[in-house]
Amino acid sequence: MALLAVNNLTKVFGGLSAVSDFNIELHPGELVGLIGPNGAGKTTVFNLLTGVYEPTEGTIQFNHENIVGLKPYEITQRGMARTFQNIRLFSNLSVLDNVRIAYHTHVKYGLTSAVMRLGNYYKEEEEMTRKAIEFLHIFNLDRKKDEIAKNLPYGEQRRLEIARALAAKPRLLLLDEPAAGMNPQETHELMNLIKWIRDEFKLTILLIEHDMSLVMGACERIYVLEYGMIIAHGTPEEIKSNPRVIEAYLGEEVAHA
Amino acid sequence: MQKILNKRIILTILVLGLLYGSIQNLIVQGKLNPYYEINLLLIGINIMMAVSLNLINGFTGQFSIGHAGFMAVGAYTSAVLTVKLQQPFPLAILAGSLAAALIGFLIGLPTLRLKGDYLAIATLGFGEIIKVVFVNIEYVGGASGLSGIPHITTWNWVFFLTAFTVVFIKNFINSTHGRACISIREDEIAAETMGINTTKYKVMAFTIGAFFAGAAGALYAHYFYIIQPNTFNFLKSIDYLVMVVLGGMGSITGSVLAATALTIISALLQRFAEIRMVIYALLLIVIMLFRPQGLMGNKEFSLSILERLGRGEKHGSVSSK
Repeated sequence: MALLAVNNLTKVFGGLSAVSDFNIELHPGELVGLIGPNGAGKTTVFNLLTGVYEPTEGTIQFNHENIVGLKPYEITQRGMARTFQNIRLFSNLSVLDNVRIAYHTHVKYGLTSAVMRLGNYYKEEEEMTRKAIEFLHIFNLDRKKDEIAKNLPYGEQRRLEIARALAAKPRLLLLDEPAAGMNPQETHELMNLIKWIRDEFKLTILLIEHDMSLVMGACERIYVLEYGMIIAHGTPEEIKSNPRVIEAYLGEEVAHA
Repeated sequence: MQKILNKRIILTILVLGLLYGSIQNLIVQGKLNPYYEINLLLIGINIMMAVSLNLINGFTGQFSIGHAGFMAVGAYTSAVLTVKLQQPFPLAILAGSLAAALIGFLIGLPTLRLKGDYLAIATLGFGEIIKVVFVNIEYVGGASGLSGIPHITTWNWVFFLTAFTVVFIKNFINSTHGRACISIREDEIAAETMGINTTKYKVMAFTIGAFFAGAAGALYAHYFYIIQPNTFNFLKSIDYLVMVVLGGMGSITGSVLAATALTIISALLQRFAEIRMVIYALLLIVIMLFRPQGLMGNKEFSLSILERLGRGEKHGSVSSK
């Protein structure tokens, strides 16, 4: 049974349909890529899935539940987390606090015990800090836990954003151009990391990416979007040889390969 | 971890106790003349106002400029209870605070959907509406105000409620609920996608801020015998905003410092009432030019600095958190 099933998803901004008749199905444990030229509507799809935008038409079934119309925080609480194309960290907070905020939905102590320092406050805070440092360790950021997020180098900010999304304990992780701005070496490391976290945390991952080596190397299935419509769907091999994709997007790169 | 925290708590209690004891001693011995006492109490009330406003403006990032309105609600509600209904003072303070919190909640629910300048204008409007409502209620004296309020507020009341306000808000900020508020200031969309109900936390910060403004209003009313709607006008809100900005948006100790400093400065300038606002404005311009993040930025002054100094370490003038 599919973890995520999207049917006839359509989003119209004024007279422009950014996404039209978008269908996608993700099964537990899959690592799927979403590619397409600039302005094809990839990020709009993410915004629709996470509730930032409300779809004009169509249904989104997540874990057998219709999530259309839910607020972003309600969707996150149901097990979906994401990163952003233009990094959105809590930039004036420490690296550690960025990750600790992601635990918010799992904290049980209430307002009274927070203010009066009663009950589970100390225990839960300590537990949260310990787990957050564990996550930072996975992403090789634990030594920088007290740094202010905005002072991190670009690549580390990207990694921190993924760590933060993972800390929310999602079942489905949406990555919006995780390798943007990284050099080939960093991209290669990131690719291995993404595969590793998928297995380690039993995640399903949907990622948007422009870096073809990452998409082709990591994803099992790929959807290709152009002008808000899916023009192709298949394994990396099928996509590489699909004439419509070559025409729309991969053109030169595949022709030379 | 637990050990360090306990040591901090003990140190904090020690410092607060020393401060309380020494001033209490001066009052009991009659060495503190009434002029100083008034200003001492005003410092406490202003700290309550500045710290509670900082929770809304500095930590949650929701720019509110109608804080004096909540103070008015607290002042009038408590005064009506003691003057008209002969209720005890503690109950009046509690009722005043709760009434202010309720109004904060009701105002926050629709207005916190607005952002930035729009929210500022809306809160400004609500602050003025509250004032106008009191002007038009004959029961509480209309424009000439409510007089004959018993003089019950003492140094003790002010000290303990101020300490309570500061500790409450500090503990709130250092919890997952406080971090949720701060994350809204940092990036509302990211906060929402990290599972934080941003509307809930914005309204929560607004309500808590209004609650303590109400308490400050109740203390104010029962010290000065009379309250008038005009006391709680737009300029009063600006006074508190100046304290928050001067001290640093997102620094509790900064607000305490700025509230104390500005209360003293405005007491010293009392003889030059006309130029007080000019000097205030100049002060603000100078601060914004040379230290736009405020005196403390978003850092806190903590006792661990003294500890470090004691051990002879030279780095770190202020420690974060």
